[in-house]
Amino acid sequence: MIGASTEYDVLVAGGGNAALCAAISARRAGASVLVVEAAPRFYRGGNTRHTRNMRCAHDAATETLSGPYFEDEFFDDLLRVTGGNTDEDLARMMIAESKRMLTWIAEQGVRFQPSLGGTLSLGRTNSFFLGGGRAMLNALYRTAESLGVEVVYDAEVVGLDIEGPQFRSARVRHAGRETAVRARTFVAASGGFEANIEWLKEGWGEIADNFLIRGTPYNRGTVLKMLINSGVRHIGDPTQCHAVAIDARAPKFDGGIITRLDCVVFGIVVNKHAERFYDEGEDVWPKRYAIWGRLVAAQPDQIAYIVFDASSLELFMPSLFPPVQASTLGELAGKLGIEATALERTVAAFNDAVRPGHFDHTSLDDCRTEGIEPQKSHWARRIEQAPFYAYPVRPGITFTYLGVKVDRRARMVMEDGRPADNMFAAGEIMAGNVLGQGYAAGIGMTIGSVFGRIAGREAAALVSSTCPSSEAA
Amino acid sequence: MNIHAPFEPAHATASLAEADRLMTVCNSCRYCEGLCAVFPAMEMRRAFSDGDLNYLANLCHSCGACFHDCQFSPPHEFDVNVPKTLAIVRNDSYRAYVWPRAFSGLFHRNGLAISLIAAVSVAVFVAGFAAWHDPSVLFDAHTGPGAFYKLMPHDVMALLFGAAFAYAIVALAMGVRNFWKDIGEPLATLGEPASLWQAIKDACSLRHLDGGGVGCMNEDEAPTDRRRLYHHMTFYGFMLCFAATSTATLYHYVLGMEAPYPVYDLPVVLGTIGGIGLLVGPAGLLHAKWRRDPVLKDGSRTGMDVAFLAMLFLTSLTGLLLLVLRATPAMGLLLALHLGVVFSLFVTMPYGKFVHGIYRFLALVRYAREKRQIGGA
Repeated sequence: MIGASTEYDVLVAGGGNAALCAAISARRAGASVLVVEAAPRFYRGGNTRHTRNMRCAHDAATETLSGPYFEDEFFDDLLRVTGGNTDEDLARMMIAESKRMLTWIAEQGVRFQPSLGGTLSLGRTNSFFLGGGRAMLNALYRTAESLGVEVVYDAEVVGLDIEGPQFRSARVRHAGRETAVRARTFVAASGGFEANIEWLKEGWGEIADNFLIRGTPYNRGTVLKMLINSGVRHIGDPTQCHAVAIDARAPKFDGGIITRLDCVVFGIVVNKHAERFYDEGEDVWPKRYAIWGRLVAAQPDQIAYIVFDASSLELFMPSLFPPVQASTLGELAGKLGIEATALERTVAAFNDAVRPGHFDHTSLDDCRTEGIEPQKSHWARRIEQAPFYAYPVRPGITFTYLGVKVDRRARMVMEDGRPADNMFAAGEIMAGNVLGQGYAAGIGMTIGSVFGRIAGREAAALVSSTCPSSEAA
Repeated sequence: MNIHAPFEPAHATASLAEADRLMTVCNSCRYCEGLCAVFPAMEMRRAFSDGDLNYLANLCHSCGACFHDCQFSPPHEFDVNVPKTLAIVRNDSYRAYVWPRAFSGLFHRNGLAISLIAAVSVAVFVAGFAAWHDPSVLFDAHTGPGAFYKLMPHDVMALLFGAAFAYAIVALAMGVRNFWKDIGEPLATLGEPASLWQAIKDACSLRHLDGGGVGCMNEDEAPTDRRRLYHHMTFYGFMLCFAATSTATLYHYVLGMEAPYPVYDLPVVLGTIGGIGLLVGPAGLLHAKWRRDPVLKDGSRTGMDVAFLAMLFLTSLTGLLLLVLRATPAMGLLLALHLGVVFSLFVTMPYGKFVHGIYRFLALVRYAREKRQIGGA
């Protein structure tokens, strides 16, 4: 037996923001709740561990938000980043609900702080968690446990007993044994499959072996796959994932935020043949960082090098590993293991193409190249001032887009278009409903909180309507 | 491919090198910047000299929030443990700044050193009282104004304690000088009223001992404000006792009134309230220290913390006992005990945990200056 009871009103698979919001809202509505988290306690929470803020609409400035962010503006931003690949009805509902989340999430013990340091550009739209995502998780777990939600770690759902549109029980692997857990309702909040390299290979081929995973190794998509195989309708491109270029020296899993590099716009990016392959200065970095994972993935051996000189060293946020440093380009190439003459040739050609301009890294300046392919549209400066630096980069996978279809009550939708009887989904596992592609800072947390809260509330309501005698444990 | 060779700046100790590694990790994350002063101060730098790290270490109030909020704390392979590492660096820095340098060994086994000094000090007072007079003077009941001075002439007492206190001030001042030089802060900052006032407010409220507003995470990730409460009792208790002594000095020299004073009189009232704070506060802090998650602790320096808390507790306990039993034959021995403890507290101030308050306050002064400059830039 896992947990104290033989049957729960609500079984929540997952342990991140969406799972905890579902568990708390169900428990507050009187349901007995068991949360099964596949990760050990330290790694609980999946990608929530690495988040920092959530994007909620609000009609006026608050203590921690510098100005209003109306629902329409939020929706416009969503349309822009997804290229229209969103379910407008669900998106508008989520955005309207997000206004209430600011107070609701604070009532669950989560604290906000004003945005500081390098994040001022989000100070109006996004609410920052004091201490970051893990602090937020800690607060949610404390609240959930004090309310009587049962939580089991190292507990992976490995089987689902689903009959037609109805969930009956889940098989949970815990402490070396598999146990059936019965529950009246099921909330899937177990994230995507970004840590499942074999699954990534289905979309990307063998090159996925060279991807680094930015979150924990526990986001394996086991529940997602079982739901799809059980006749739940899927949504979102199964091959797509959010990929950024991160330091190639990062660990395979869970390098998190500190391995990201913000210096592409200040130099050139070359592949292992020392060739440039994309316009490094196409747009401001916040609008372009998410294409570079894909660009690097398309290069031989899925590796590339950001090369810059001493003039740029202090223009960007520091990151975990120091850059590779050398007094000449040839020496730098040697340290990177690429051909020296090729790098020298590429840099010389780039330098010759740089037109004079007024460098301003805070705007789309007029420093660009001419007569070179690919061109560099902004911030193009000659790379000539020793010492020379380079960061090796690889694709870093943040999350996947494939998910299960849900309705406004966060209920899963079956292949035949009918809603599931007692299965709900929240968070990354259904993010594709709202976020078909692209990303906007903090929106993953909005999806998780809003749909998590709805899923928990609806699950609890279903339990009390079908079984009025049911009492909370 | 030789891309794993980082350029390591040289540091004086392995702990400073580890602190540098952590600050590099933290500076590329910055999620903790709302928790306290350490992280905003860190963000003002890209590289960290030993002086910078000693400054940051003394700025840290050891609330533990950044450990529990960190996605990279152990067992994560990045092994980020800022509270513990900065505690070690901070404790090392006390020894590095000590004056005279020959006494730096006192920080080696500080708990033992302080205990020995206290024991010797008490023994000398007891023996002194006995030698000065007939040993029976210790066990007679003395009452009324000047009762204490039958055991030890006032001038001798004032001279002895004045000298001990003056010595402590000089030694502390030399330590301050060493600290200030090490962190590379201009002397002029110490004359800026705005920085000083900000630091006084931050220190007196222990603004940075609450994890950014939720509380201290001492035993686990559940925040509480108990350590702040106990520290306030200790600090303000200490200050009230100090005020009691100062008032009594004024009574003696200005008003010509000799101790002991009646229980309703200011020195006794201040001393009693302060003394109660100085009993409950250190006891609470000691309890919190025992309950503290070992992963956050500089395990090798517990003796120093315990010694200082014990000395404060004993100062108060002997003082209060003296007050209660001053009309009984126990007074003589208690007076020797109390004076012995207070004397050793004074002379060991520059050589124990007491210095944490001084260096942390100074770090706050510098932080106030830095923050104002950034804000105004």
